[in-house]
Amino acid sequence: MSLLEFDNVTLRFGGVVAVNQVSFNVEEGEVFALVGPNGAGKSTVFNLISRIYDPAEGDIRFDGKSILGMKPYDMARLGIARTFQNIELFEHATVMHNLLVGRHRHRKSNFLTELLFTPFVRSEERRHREAIEKVIDFLDLQVYRDKYIAGLPYGVRKIVEMGRALAIEPRLLLLDEPASGLSVEETQDVAFWVEDIKKQMGITVIMVEHDMHLVSAVSDRVLALADGKTLSLGTPQEVQSDPRVIEAYIGTTDENEEVLA
Amino acid sequence: MDVLQLLVSGLANGCVYGLIAMGFVLIYKATEGVNFAQGDFMMLGAFICVGLTNPQFMGLPFWVSVPVTIAAMGMFGYALDLVVIRRMFGQSQIALVILTIALGFVLRFIAGAIWGHEPISLASPIAGRDVRFGGLVLGLDEVFVIFVTILLTVVLWLYFNRTKLGVAMQASSQNQLAAYYMGIPVKRVHSLIWALSGMTAAVAGILFASKGSIDPSVGLLGIKAFAAAVIGGFGSLPGALLGGIIIGVIEPFAGRYMPSGYAQIMPYLLLFLILVFRPHGILAQVHAKKV
Amino acid sequence: MRTVFKTSYDADINMFQHGYQFGWYALLLIIALVLPFYLGSFWLGEMTSLLIWSIACMGLMILVGQTGQASLGHAAFLAIGAYANVLLQQRLGLPFLISFPLAGVIAGICGALIALPMARLHGIYLAIGTLAVTILVDDFIVIAAPLTNGVQGLFAPAIEIFGLTIDRYRTPMHFYYLALAVTLLVVFFYRNLLRSPLGRAFAAIRDSEISAQAMGVNIARTKAISFGISAGITGLGGALLGHYAGIFNNETFNIIISIQLLLAIVIGGLGSIHGAFFGAAVIAMLPQSIAIARDNLNWLSGSRAFSVPGMETAMFGLILVVFMLFEPRGIYGRWLKIRTYFELFPFYRKDMFRRQKSYLKTERMR
Repeated sequence: MSLLEFDNVTLRFGGVVAVNQVSFNVEEGEVFALVGPNGAGKSTVFNLISRIYDPAEGDIRFDGKSILGMKPYDMARLGIARTFQNIELFEHATVMHNLLVGRHRHRKSNFLTELLFTPFVRSEERRHREAIEKVIDFLDLQVYRDKYIAGLPYGVRKIVEMGRALAIEPRLLLLDEPASGLSVEETQDVAFWVEDIKKQMGITVIMVEHDMHLVSAVSDRVLALADGKTLSLGTPQEVQSDPRVIEAYIGTTDENEEVLA
Repeated sequence: MDVLQLLVSGLANGCVYGLIAMGFVLIYKATEGVNFAQGDFMMLGAFICVGLTNPQFMGLPFWVSVPVTIAAMGMFGYALDLVVIRRMFGQSQIALVILTIALGFVLRFIAGAIWGHEPISLASPIAGRDVRFGGLVLGLDEVFVIFVTILLTVVLWLYFNRTKLGVAMQASSQNQLAAYYMGIPVKRVHSLIWALSGMTAAVAGILFASKGSIDPSVGLLGIKAFAAAVIGGFGSLPGALLGGIIIGVIEPFAGRYMPSGYAQIMPYLLLFLILVFRPHGILAQVHAKKV
Repeated sequence: MRTVFKTSYDADINMFQHGYQFGWYALLLIIALVLPFYLGSFWLGEMTSLLIWSIACMGLMILVGQTGQASLGHAAFLAIGAYANVLLQQRLGLPFLISFPLAGVIAGICGALIALPMARLHGIYLAIGTLAVTILVDDFIVIAAPLTNGVQGLFAPAIEIFGLTIDRYRTPMHFYYLALAVTLLVVFFYRNLLRSPLGRAFAAIRDSEISAQAMGVNIARTKAISFGISAGITGLGGALLGHYAGIFNNETFNIIISIQLLLAIVIGGLGSIHGAFFGAAVIAMLPQSIAIARDNLNWLSGSRAFSVPGMETAMFGLILVVFMLFEPRGIYGRWLKIRTYFELFPFYRKDMFRRQKSYLKTERMR
């Protein structure tokens, strides 16, 4: 059984079909990449998985169970973590606090014990912070631990957001353009981290990415989307050499429109 | 007949609420800011007109002081944005709400200091006259209010859909940055919107003052107009007018047919119910944030 | 600048970051404890009023500063707290020690219940909704006259705790210590909130609802809890205010009070306990200082030109406008800058706290 099953999903915004009968399965322990031109529906697929949108047709199953009856905030509890295309961090909090919010799904205390700060709450806090230190070590964020997000450079924010998703201790990690806006060195770091996330932590990764070098370096399988439809699905090499994908990327010639039609 | 008269006076009140609400909506649509001092704008407009027209002050002819008032409030709105509001650019909505509430306090004080706290009504040629339709006796002021409101709504609609500047205003409301790149002077457009909103408030104030008496605290009517804007659907001009009319009509009927005390809470009860069950109003135009 | 070397997780968890900080707050507490012995009864009353307003401001601060939800309706919770406290004493004969916390709980539950249906609302809509609530509560007090005594108002009896009489006029010192004790308790709760998961969930909602949700925070529920805690604390403030005022009616808690509370915490500085206290100082002290300033100006100019009615709210508004324009972080923000200036002297740079210019971040999509 696959970890995530995206079963014939269609999503419409008014008259526009954003996702059109897309199906794919993501196996446990693989890195799965979504590629495609702008507006192809990649981020929409993420928003469908994190339950921000309701599909018009089809089903999305995680670990064999449909998630369509669940609320967006249930996803973290299931073990689905994500990052956002235009970084959505908590600006007026420190890096540490941002990561700690990622631990929310592991919260066992309630508001009454927290108001009194009972010894149990304290021991839980220690446990959370220990888990966070591991993430900080993994992503080399020590220097930034007590810095406020509002003052951090773009590249660091991207990494903090990844760290916050890891703090959830997810089974499935959705990375929305993890390398966009990063320098070559930073992109290489991301490549190593994705490898390690997969191999050391055993977390399944789905990522949306435009950088084809990164995609072919780390992903096991690639799904190419265009205009909300599946274009090609296979290994990075297969997808990159697929004529339909090349057409979609090179431009909208008449011929291309025929292929898409 | 009685019911009809109640209806007309409710409509007339509702039109004033609707006009104030339209002032809110104008600013909200164009800048996503909310001007909590809109009621006090209305109050200020009313007092300027009273100050120009009434014999104990300057005693100008009504038809002279009306355009002067509207122009003055337009300039006031423009200047306010230029000097104060513009500095808040990029801050949260709530910051502007708080700022405008504070401005309202200041405006109320200024009006009180200049024109006093005694209720005054505008010495307008339409006050206290009747119109007869068959057996129906209606106040000329009420009919006039309804007529002017309809006229102003049509003018505003034409402005936003037919003129270049109006379309630019719409564009800048939908995507500031893109509008900026397209060469639309976003900041100036905002100032103009505030001017327009001040002018609308002036009209509302003149109408209100010729229907009844005003005092500096009359700006608190803005809260009712606010309710109107929400009921109609924030971000929709016709919605604001609709919401105003709903509140205006409910009030006299609730006053007539319900025990006292309940009548005055009806607008807010309605507002509360709308917020709970249809949060974006009757004519909703707001969508969720995109990620 | 003080660098703290952290050697254990507790260094981040503890209430005080280092002994130096603890020292300052201990000193402040000692001053607060001995103050009654050096103040006349008038100024003691003023200090008590400051403490009570601080409680109300902290209540609102949890909602506005921590969770980022604006409320223009907190006078309603002051009213609920005050009425519940006195009615529980009068009708059910409960002692203050029971009626007081119960009043807080009742106000809190009301807050949470009001918040639940409005949890879907954002920013401005929430502000309007809470505005409606405050007007509705005001009118409800009048309508429910058999219970609340309507516009005639309720008379708050003197407080008896274990035979000790606490009354604003007869035993002002006792009243002061009562207010101080409640203030300390609320500060304790507030600090605990800030260092626990719930406080972080609040901040998450404030900064980005969409990603708070992705982190597993149930937005509606957390907002309701925030409203509940906030309203509960404000209700405690209201209960004390009722005893402080002696007699109160619906007008005591009108919409202007709601607005003033919100304006006060903004002037004080959003998002910090300090800000709540500074804001309370503004509310409690402004009328007095304006009266004094007015008398002096009248005396200096030899006229009554400065005795214009409505001066207080206007001054309040003007101060706020100035703060919004020049110091959006409030008095506390200004204080931080001054402190940093001296700590770094002579290396402070003017743009150290400069905010980045930004275009409007739209909350809507077309």
